[in-house]
Amino acid sequence: MLPTNTRQLEYDESLESALARIDNLLRGNYGISKRTVGLLLLQGDAQMEKQLRAQEVSGYELIQEIVSQTRSSYSQPISYIIALRQQQEVKRILETVVSSKEKSAGVFAERLSRVMMNPLSGIPILFIVLYFGLYQFVGVFGAGTMVDLIESTVFGEWINPWVTNLLTTIIPWKVLQDLFVGEYGVITLGLSYAFAIILPIVTTFFIVFSIIEDSGYLPRLAMLIDRVFKGIGLNGRAVIPMVLGFGCDTMATIVTRTQETRRERVITTLLLALVIPCSAQLGVIFAILSGSALSLLIWGGVLVLVLLLVGYLAAQVIPGRRASFYMEVPPLRLPKISNVLTKTYTRLQWYFTEVLPFFILASVLLWLGELTGVFALVINVLEPLVRFMGLPEETSIAFLYGFFRRDFGAAGLYDLHSAGILSGIPLVVSAVTLTLFIPCVAQIMVMLKERGLRTALAISLFILPFAFFVGYILNLILTTLGVVL
Amino acid sequence: MELEEKAEEILETLWIRTEEKEEGAVALDDLGIKGKRPIDQLLKGDYISISGNWVRLTETGRPEAKNVVRRHRLAERLLADVLGTRDMLIHEKACKFEHLLDRGLDENICVLLGHPKVCPHGRSIPSGRCCQREQTQTSKVVAPLSQLTRGQKGRVAYIYTPESDKLQTLLSMGILPGTPVSLVQSFPSFVLQTHQTQFAVDKGIAEAIYVRLVAAETNN
Repeated sequence: MLPTNTRQLEYDESLESALARIDNLLRGNYGISKRTVGLLLLQGDAQMEKQLRAQEVSGYELIQEIVSQTRSSYSQPISYIIALRQQQEVKRILETVVSSKEKSAGVFAERLSRVMMNPLSGIPILFIVLYFGLYQFVGVFGAGTMVDLIESTVFGEWINPWVTNLLTTIIPWKVLQDLFVGEYGVITLGLSYAFAIILPIVTTFFIVFSIIEDSGYLPRLAMLIDRVFKGIGLNGRAVIPMVLGFGCDTMATIVTRTQETRRERVITTLLLALVIPCSAQLGVIFAILSGSALSLLIWGGVLVLVLLLVGYLAAQVIPGRRASFYMEVPPLRLPKISNVLTKTYTRLQWYFTEVLPFFILASVLLWLGELTGVFALVINVLEPLVRFMGLPEETSIAFLYGFFRRDFGAAGLYDLHSAGILSGIPLVVSAVTLTLFIPCVAQIMVMLKERGLRTALAISLFILPFAFFVGYILNLILTTLGVVL
Repeated sequence: MELEEKAEEILETLWIRTEEKEEGAVALDDLGIKGKRPIDQLLKGDYISISGNWVRLTETGRPEAKNVVRRHRLAERLLADVLGTRDMLIHEKACKFEHLLDRGLDENICVLLGHPKVCPHGRSIPSGRCCQREQTQTSKVVAPLSQLTRGQKGRVAYIYTPESDKLQTLLSMGILPGTPVSLVQSFPSFVLQTHQTQFAVDKGIAEAIYVRLVAAETNN
């Protein structure tokens, strides 16, 4: 209920006269005051306009005329005129009830903030954040130490042998045994990948992301990068989905909703699907390429190049308005541990409820495919493609995994690398191709839901040949130059 | 000599027709003059010459006419940008307003508006002495945020952008005439401070915010 002594905000004569005339003509029931209806109409509110069309019979055209007449009598949009008047009133009220002191706190934070936003110091800071946050913490600690511990010790020595033993004694049929504990078993492949490889990597990423998010670093990064992003049809605000994409592209694709224009949403979705590796994939790729700094550099360089090139071309091709960049820059704050942990926990919970079913489904499909011989067929199709890029045939299995989850694919490369089959140029080429390659099942589903069938299909059809094409070119260049990795 | 309103309007018409549309001369009938007084005044001051039915600006008349046009369009700019006057009334009101802007005052307004180049209808505003001076010394009273130097402070004088979504954006940021702003940084993007809040914006938005500078305020 409104208090009885509410005061009505008076606007200028011509607005008031328009409001009074609209008030007289309105017959429908809108659930809000006629004055508010009038104000919304004058400001060009699309929703109100729709309701008006539905509810007014005789007065509709007359009201429309009053609205357009009033609008044309102002040189600025009426929403601006109204906001000015409201601001004036707010200021009047505030002056009578609020007193404020100049704040002097946060000199260090302010100085640090400037340092972060100055390109000369901001770009080195970005690299420091990437190096320690992504490479050291997610890559070396998460994907290295933690994965080793959980995969080889917890699963390799304890869970897998125990479950295998148990199930082979319970289930007499080899085929069914394979469903759970075989090469593509739900437990030995699906669950052990999910918990041994993905869990530690994604957890470490979400910890880093929550810290970065809570510190207020992201808007400063957005400000630094806005000009570059304008070149690829985006604006600085897109750093949020992009950075989140390094954690989980599926989640990031959902976050594109916060972008202003459809054009930006499409471009971001495309770049997420094509270029941005998710943390699981990133962790595994860091792990297999960490032996050679040059390999890592080539991989990163190619991705940045593809990002800029495809982004630039997409910006030329995809129609729509260019959005302008504006973002509040909050003060820098030291993140609270409890908040970081809560956020990480919530994201992990979301991640696992969304993702775990896909892992199990993928295992079942792989088992079925193996059983029916469908996969042998697909691998036969992939093999020439893979050879074309100068890769050993075994990598086609990793690409097949990649259809189900990109990280599955990367983990497949990890196995090949450990087995000593993949190294040198082919390793870099396959890492690049797999990063560019089709996104995981979950991401495709979200793309379908968020962007619609046509766009999702167009994006997928572009990515598939493009990934192999880049792999082919990269192999050609590296072998021609005789690069030793 | 103080010219009366009607005489100034004749000079204005002559300037537009002969200087902007590049017609040689204007027919007397086209000027739609009622009464002889304004013409007499102009002839007496040697502002125009009449041969037969054709009227031309003289050497003395040309700068005077240019000034009338300049004052008229500056007045339009002032009415539209600062006072928020309605479109269809601008021309009418500017006609009255221009006569109030005698020399000196029009320079003040020109400085205040940051030496605008075109009137709200898109016609060019003839430059005055102040505009030429401005090219060598850059101390403006009102300037777009994008032209401020780091650390400069002021209050938003007005917002001017042809794109209504930019206006909408600025409204949602609470950037309105009278809001105090200072420029924190200008590269690679603009960072502005208003009250206790900082915003990062791109060039397009920074160009739409016209700031009345604090240092200049104290000089006046």
